[in-house]
Amino acid sequence: MKAFRLFAFLAAAWPVFAHAALNVFACEPEWGALATELGGSDVKVYTATTAFQDPHRIEARPSLIAQMRRADLAVCTGAELEIGWLPVLLRQAGNAAIQPGQPGYFEAARQVALLEKPAVLDRAQGDIHAAGNPHIQTDPRNIARVAQALGARLAEIDPAHAAAYQTRLADFNTRWNAAMTRWQAQAAPLKGLPIAVQHEGFPYMENWLGLKQVAVLEPKPGVAPSIGHLAEIVAQLKTTPARVVIRAAYQDPRPSEWLGQHAGIPVVAMPFTVGGSDRAKDLFGLFDDSVAQLLKVAR
Amino acid sequence: MLRPALLAAALAAACPAHADDADLAALRAEVQKMKTDYETRIQTLEARLAHAEASAAATAAQPAAPVQDVASAAPSNPGAFNPEISLILQGSYAHLRDLPARRISGFLPDGTAPGTTRGFSVDESELVLSSNIDPYFRGYFNATLNDGSVGVEEAWFQTLALGQGLTVKGGRFRSGIGYQNEQHPHAWDFATNNLMYEALFGEGYGNDGLQLRWVAPTDLFTELGAEIGRGANFPGTDRNGNGVGNYALYGHVGGDVGDSHSWRGGLSYLSTRAADRHSALADFAGADVNAAFTGDSKTWLADFVWKWAPLGNPTVHNFKFAAEAFRREENGSLDCTDGLCGAGSLGSYRATQYGGYAQAVYQFMPRWRTGYRYDLLDPGSRDFGLNNVNLPRSDYRPSRHSLMVDYSPSEFSRFRLQYTKDKANEGQDENQWYVQYIFSLGTHGAHSF
Repeated sequence: MKAFRLFAFLAAAWPVFAHAALNVFACEPEWGALATELGGSDVKVYTATTAFQDPHRIEARPSLIAQMRRADLAVCTGAELEIGWLPVLLRQAGNAAIQPGQPGYFEAARQVALLEKPAVLDRAQGDIHAAGNPHIQTDPRNIARVAQALGARLAEIDPAHAAAYQTRLADFNTRWNAAMTRWQAQAAPLKGLPIAVQHEGFPYMENWLGLKQVAVLEPKPGVAPSIGHLAEIVAQLKTTPARVVIRAAYQDPRPSEWLGQHAGIPVVAMPFTVGGSDRAKDLFGLFDDSVAQLLKVAR
Repeated sequence: MLRPALLAAALAAACPAHADDADLAALRAEVQKMKTDYETRIQTLEARLAHAEASAAATAAQPAAPVQDVASAAPSNPGAFNPEISLILQGSYAHLRDLPARRISGFLPDGTAPGTTRGFSVDESELVLSSNIDPYFRGYFNATLNDGSVGVEEAWFQTLALGQGLTVKGGRFRSGIGYQNEQHPHAWDFATNNLMYEALFGEGYGNDGLQLRWVAPTDLFTELGAEIGRGANFPGTDRNGNGVGNYALYGHVGGDVGDSHSWRGGLSYLSTRAADRHSALADFAGADVNAAFTGDSKTWLADFVWKWAPLGNPTVHNFKFAAEAFRREENGSLDCTDGLCGAGSLGSYRATQYGGYAQAVYQFMPRWRTGYRYDLLDPGSRDFGLNNVNLPRSDYRPSRHSLMVDYSPSEFSRFRLQYTKDKANEGQDENQWYVQYIFSLGTHGAHSF
């Protein structure tokens, strides 16, 4: 009888024990950070990649399949950024909830207008994305738009905590708007700053801050530059000078360092996403650091 | 904006001679009306402009205002629903000795030995079509095209929406046993197959049947799989029967160690039957005999893969180690004809054999990789029964050393140079050279771990 009572108690209490936080699988650190901001203690976030990994080139590792298997929500950039590995995870995980088209599959790039849609789709153009440039997280206005949609999606999947998601979203909006006003004020001197980039990873930031991209180190997207190509860019920078050459934290430092040395301009490794530098611990730190790094060289 | 009004006024002023007073008054009234019309329009426009400027300023200050529905619209071209198509072009130049036959001493392999064309040749081109069929299924088709022949390598459907970690695959597919088995030749790290797979399956084990996979809800990747099928392919044969011709069971576990290391290991079992399975053997006199095996074939495979990339970023440097080993037990009878066996000599056949390979591939700079593979087989114990008097049972251990360098201008193209010291056949050591190209056209899907 005692055993039966214990069993009955456990059966009744099971839903309490079983009620775990919503499992969120974030493809990139920025979306992991955003899900943490909006989900708080109601979500358990697993971030599949780090700021030191190239989001185009990730192995479909067993550990990622295991995490995708238990995910209630997959938050990814989309726009073909993860085309080399995400489809494998989705297929092998055997998880119906996070298949494309389900509420459990969220693409951030669908919430914003993409730049640099290629007019011609030809592999001779390098690693181009048909939907447009997917590196949308370098503009905080995009983060704000994605936050709206992600907050709504969290509430849709986990209606029991809908109110909490809405409260956190409102709170995030307030803090984010204040931060954006601050960054825009700080970044005023950056307007028109001529820059060279290693990879076409910053069009949204350039658009936001009014930076002027005068050179790209990669001859084609995703193709590493040769010394000969870099030498041409050094020559080109003599007529249209850049004040700084920037790259993302995950990128091979050698091309930008070489160019910085030969063109005599400073090199900045931008955090690019959350975790890309010591200061970029969260989304706020990401933009604090990005703006500060650029201001340092603009003075 | 006032131009039409001015024009009208100028016209009116320019032709007073032809206009009487009444006309003139009417004209003036009209001009006046036009003027007022335009003024109101301008005012409206100015108001709208001011409004737009105000709201733009407001947006700049509060850019996170309610989200606009700027969701990137799905492409509306009619081709959008077509399957993803990709084509693999492969070819090679092989520098090989002119040998009448290439065999694996002590083993009864598949009749066709791959990759034995000397000089320039085009390998089979692979045509792949795949697509989600509906929200519930995905389809995949892979055909190999060569002179006068088309082979259906894979043609299957797979469930998408079963959930609970379950996936069912049905049709013709590469079995999930081992590690390399699911990979097509273009995804191999070497120009030639490893000796273990050559001895076990020819190229890789495919089957017509059903596969059930289950991924456990654990942090440690744990996958269990079961397959049943026709079992028509080597080491089984087509036995023209109803029911289940073979089955396979396997399990894989895997995970990460830090950011830089990841691994996967597994154990697989394949059970099938053969009836009259033909292999070519040499008898004590060195003459070719035809051997037909009938019986059970049971194979255990163990596999392990370990990958390293600094901080998990493989762009500049990365390293991959893979090793597999097998134990195969075949039990039944062997019917031997020709040579010393004469018109026919039926004896029992019992063999327990082992083997494996280990390989390491290192990307030492972007685009450039080098790799080494060692193959070793152990003929183990063999008993030909009555045919022990006709067929030799050497303890020779077939082996191979392969060294390769490859260069990939992009992820869609690859060139490879390989040297192989082939000792697969006793007394027939061979230095082999291969130059290979692999091109991938179209939307080539992602590769598994």
